[in-house]
Amino acid sequence: MDLELNETQRLIRDTARDYAREKIAPNARTHDREEKFPKDLIVEMAGLGLMGVNIPAAYGGAEAGAVAYALALMEISEACASTAVTMAVTNMCAELINLTGTEAQRARYIPRLTSGEAVAGAFALSEAHAGSDPGAMLTTAVRKGDSWVINGSKQWISHGAYSGVLVVWARTGGPGNKGISAFIVEGGEEGLHIGRHEDKMGLRGSHTASLTFEDLTIPADRLLGKEGDGFKLAMQALDGGRIGIASQAVGVSRAALSASIRYAKDRHAFGKPIADFGAIRQFLANMKTDLAIAELLCLRAATLKEAKRPFSREASMAKLFASEASERICDRAIQIHGGYGYIDEFPVERHYRDARVQQIYEGTSEIQRLVIARETFRAFAD
Amino acid sequence: MNFELTDVQREIQRMTREFAARELIPNARKWDEEHAFPTEAVKQLGELGLMGVAVPEAWGGAGLDHVCYAVAMEEISRGCASTGVIMSVNNSLYCDPINRYGTDAQKKEFLEPYASGRKLGCFGLTEPEAGSDAAAQQTTAVRDGDFYVLNGSKNWITNGPKADAIVVFAMTDKSKGNRGISAFIVPTDTPGFIRQAPDKKMGITAAHSCTLYFEDCRVPAANLLGKEGEGFKVAMSTLDGGRIGIAAQALGIARAAFEEAVRYSGERKTFGKPIREHQAIQFMIADMATEIDAGRLLVHQAAVLKDQGKRMSTESAMAKLYCSEMASRVANKALQVHGGMGYSKEMDAERHVRDARITEIYEGTSEIQRIVIAASLLKD
Repeated sequence: MDLELNETQRLIRDTARDYAREKIAPNARTHDREEKFPKDLIVEMAGLGLMGVNIPAAYGGAEAGAVAYALALMEISEACASTAVTMAVTNMCAELINLTGTEAQRARYIPRLTSGEAVAGAFALSEAHAGSDPGAMLTTAVRKGDSWVINGSKQWISHGAYSGVLVVWARTGGPGNKGISAFIVEGGEEGLHIGRHEDKMGLRGSHTASLTFEDLTIPADRLLGKEGDGFKLAMQALDGGRIGIASQAVGVSRAALSASIRYAKDRHAFGKPIADFGAIRQFLANMKTDLAIAELLCLRAATLKEAKRPFSREASMAKLFASEASERICDRAIQIHGGYGYIDEFPVERHYRDARVQQIYEGTSEIQRLVIARETFRAFAD
Repeated sequence: MNFELTDVQREIQRMTREFAARELIPNARKWDEEHAFPTEAVKQLGELGLMGVAVPEAWGGAGLDHVCYAVAMEEISRGCASTGVIMSVNNSLYCDPINRYGTDAQKKEFLEPYASGRKLGCFGLTEPEAGSDAAAQQTTAVRDGDFYVLNGSKNWITNGPKADAIVVFAMTDKSKGNRGISAFIVPTDTPGFIRQAPDKKMGITAAHSCTLYFEDCRVPAANLLGKEGEGFKVAMSTLDGGRIGIAAQALGIARAAFEEAVRYSGERKTFGKPIREHQAIQFMIADMATEIDAGRLLVHQAAVLKDQGKRMSTESAMAKLYCSEMASRVANKALQVHGGMGYSKEMDAERHVRDARITEIYEGTSEIQRIVIAASLLKD
């Protein structure tokens, strides 16, 4: 057991931390209030290697591994969860293409993501009636000569409107999970329509839209992986994605806890700082313990991924625990702040709103529990 | 960064798991019902080096690290929580402070026979009027020539009814508050050392505790552990390590409850299928599995820091706080998975609930752990 970070991991973490504190944190509130997608920041972050942390240098990545990725994402998220989700999805798309793409696909698309040229990558899996159950998707891709023709629509697509590279899932075969394939779509292609921008509770600095495909025609070589492998690819990407969301949750939790510590020391009641009251200390201790666990679960899953060992169970545990802990922590942060916790002059109500979605996207808490239970029964059967 | 056990740690895990399966699991329910001290099992633990896991071999221990200790505690407690706490008290609360603060002469007499399991130790800090507020010690030790004379009482002393010696705390200078507390090693055959009958407890019934009285108990000055006035420091640093032991004990109890719930959920059928095919049960199992892994990461983190000689008060407090409350939640859910059978003494689920409950109280209540954690957050 070795809990120390190596030099690369420290370097990436510190790079992300410095950038987050200097450039991202000061604007996070404005981005939230104005629903402003931080396009310029994303491109700058790409320049720092943060859009391909676990991607080979040959494709413009930082080649720093899954642990460094988690550490960097925690730092960005501590400053702004909206910016973090763009980083998370873009890295996830780059990793998916790196793992499952052809050499030509890798060479053409990954550098666009890692360099910031594409701004962001989009992960277009969910549909209006297919969230936890992607096997129910209705979008179709039909082979016509050397092309695929895609029709249908996708929902909740983070920064889909700004993405130069989109991974889109569509049905190419029969019903259920086995009839689904994944494709690479380029932003701005004819037949790709960006729909309504969602008015969300949180992550308001991250743009979320529906996408509609109307006879979107792409060359046959845009198929990612094999025909019918789409569900498998999505699950593989989401295993890693869950480490990303867990890291995002850790970042939000850290921000809420440090805001609470600061406030508890400043705010006086009954003649002394509220930090001197036992009740506040009990809250803070629970928040710290939840946070410490979330960090450990997240980094454990990342070390397994980095060592190329199975990590589905561990990623689900990290995502489940970190997301639910994040809501608990943000809720207590509001309580510690009292009335000030409820207004946007203080950051904690934003943290709460940002935290809430973590229990929903990239696999709800309920889906994580099903994964963990299934893995448990499997382990006991052996 | 990696979270894997080393080969040695894995070997300790294998050995203790086998020992628990062979010697503890088949007997734990009976020992609980009969409130029977597991004499033979404790003797065997000593032979395996488990009564002084982290004590150097030169002083009768196994010379292993604290991750090994945590792993062993988890497995032994998975077999029998009472045996776990007997082991934890001897390792963490008795041997560890003597190993860290004792003179060679003290180690020869009071460490070697105990770390090797030939004798049993205990730890006397708590008093009827001094539990969470340990500095409120009323037991006194007054210097008289080459002796200290101890007067006062200690309660809830685990291993008290069986111990051959105790590390005990007493006020040597009341005017100095917690800087007036000193630690002593007292053999239990010293005149003036009196034991009450064992306490009647809700759980961990095979681990015996009792109230102890010191009535003009004359202890050689050579038995002062550490310096005069250093007792509070000895106690607090000992409890930092002790919390790793109790956290690991709680983890073991949670594992026992969880493993039985998983097994039962595959056997028991309702509405035409095993109950594990119902999502309500799956969700409980998933939460239990996640919380157990979470607790283990905290325990191992604290143990690694202790092995590196780093400060780990916060980490051990978090491990103890989380694992103890987690063990209660997990044991309760496991009981629920068993339904009516969970409430019956024909199965072990109810024992795990009873055994888990104490881990939220002893060696620092949950509330005290939170005070420790918060203090570290607020200190800068």
